[in-house]
Amino acid sequence: MASNRLKSFTKSLRENPQSQGLALISPTMLYLLVFMIMPLLLVVILSFLSRGPYGNVIYKFNLQNYLRLGDSLYLRILGFSVTTATLTTLASLLIGYPLAYYIARAPAKQRSFLLFLILVPFWTNFIIRIYAWIMILRTEGLLNTTLLNLGLIKVPLDILYTPTAVFIGMVYEFLPFMVLPLFTSLEKIEFIQLEAAADLGAQPWRAFLRVTLPLSVPGMIAGSILVFIPAMGMFVVPDLMGGAKTVLVGNLIRNQFLTARDWPFGAAASMVLLIGTLIVTLLYARRAGLGEEVLV
Amino acid sequence: MSEKKAAPWLRIYAVLAYVYIYLPILILIVFSFNSQKLNIRWEGFTLRWYGALLRDQEVLLAARNSILIAVVSTLVATVIGTMAALALQRYRFPGYTLAESTLYIPVIIPEVVMGISLLAFFAQAGFQLGLGTISLAHIAFNIPFVTLVVRARLHGFDKAIEEAAMDLGANEITTFRRVTLPTILPGVMSGALLAFTLSLDDYVITYFTAGPGSTTLPLRVFSMVRFAVTPEVNALSTLWVLTIFIILGIGQLAQRRQSKAF
Repeated sequence: MASNRLKSFTKSLRENPQSQGLALISPTMLYLLVFMIMPLLLVVILSFLSRGPYGNVIYKFNLQNYLRLGDSLYLRILGFSVTTATLTTLASLLIGYPLAYYIARAPAKQRSFLLFLILVPFWTNFIIRIYAWIMILRTEGLLNTTLLNLGLIKVPLDILYTPTAVFIGMVYEFLPFMVLPLFTSLEKIEFIQLEAAADLGAQPWRAFLRVTLPLSVPGMIAGSILVFIPAMGMFVVPDLMGGAKTVLVGNLIRNQFLTARDWPFGAAASMVLLIGTLIVTLLYARRAGLGEEVLV
Repeated sequence: MSEKKAAPWLRIYAVLAYVYIYLPILILIVFSFNSQKLNIRWEGFTLRWYGALLRDQEVLLAARNSILIAVVSTLVATVIGTMAALALQRYRFPGYTLAESTLYIPVIIPEVVMGISLLAFFAQAGFQLGLGTISLAHIAFNIPFVTLVVRARLHGFDKAIEEAAMDLGANEITTFRRVTLPTILPGVMSGALLAFTLSLDDYVITYFTAGPGSTTLPLRVFSMVRFAVTPEVNALSTLWVLTIFIILGIGQLAQRRQSKAF
């Protein structure tokens, strides 16, 4: 009986490609429904509830959490996060572009090795990479000892535990995210187009501005998304390098969930972060078409 | 692009950029052999910190937890994610676009949001936070990445070969085992490699889904770094960088062999 049913089930699967496709996709969809979509919906709901006296959640619909985010304190945190993420994105674009360009133009044999060298730090744990910079920037760190020994400064520079340190750490963290999509985009540019431009009498820098740069816009956009989004939500770099002064949205959310235990307010802050980053992504993606550049 | 020689300034720039990328890591590695405990000036060569690391019970437990979670989440995510990749690449079904966009969620969502949402979910659903919840969370963020990688490799895979096998009398299972699997295996392997590394490396989502006694290596490194700059952290970091270097190197070689085979 059961084996008959199984047989008819496999038979229908065999003959119907549509149900084959559904059978293959359903475990993924079920899993993501339970462990990704439902948790996100829960956060949406939480953001409209309020905190009880003991850190519990009171089930009464209200907009209090969102209104509270309009306080100047939280607006400052939001503004500071946007500024930091934007500056990080710009700096990694400026540093990363020439590097990606160099790799894309290198001979094929060297190219894969040069790319491999970008991938190693990309895959090295990011806390380790932060730690490397702490060693360099701290008061008795390598930067200060070197500068003191050279006589360039008399007192050690206080860089660690300032917003500057957070900026340095973030740029270093996210640079590979920028270089990889830029490289993918630049590698695709056909030399023939540049040659055509040169044949028509274009100066190299003109050919670059008129041909290469516009053609690499999708890579620039993909890289910017890949840097901007994680930079907006970052709380680990400010934790380790920023001291108490540097609070980003990521820190705010973390604190609401783990120390202040005001989950509804934390959820509202998460929603603002999520919607903000979604809007930025969609705006960018519409211009470039979220292509393979994003998928490294 | 062309293989013309790069302008001198660009070559100098590239060298400087690589120095910028690697100098901090090299300093980290060099100081892991430094005998000075405060790790400020170079005093002399020692392997003491590596020995201390191997006797550090907390580090060993964290490493064991990390590997356990990475293995479990990689296995599950690779199987499920590969199925999804096959579905998306070779079938059309109702809800196709929805499925495709769902898979983008973890790519475009800030990690901290995913972390707190899972924390809230596990708390509401009454899950005990620990190795189990960390693994469930890792599977969730790994599935989409496996699917993306496998799908990219499936691109250009000719379905006619499978049909030919069936025409020659092979049943579905034989066809899958002898034709489909060998063809997609390199893609599946790189998907699995990606999942394994992502899991091993994850701090943010693990941080929110971990419970007492389920410290992973990144969590342990974080608390060590926060506590003090000691050579033991350098030793651990060095071993980690070395492991990544080896894993990536294997991946690179496998890729080269695969491209030769075609």
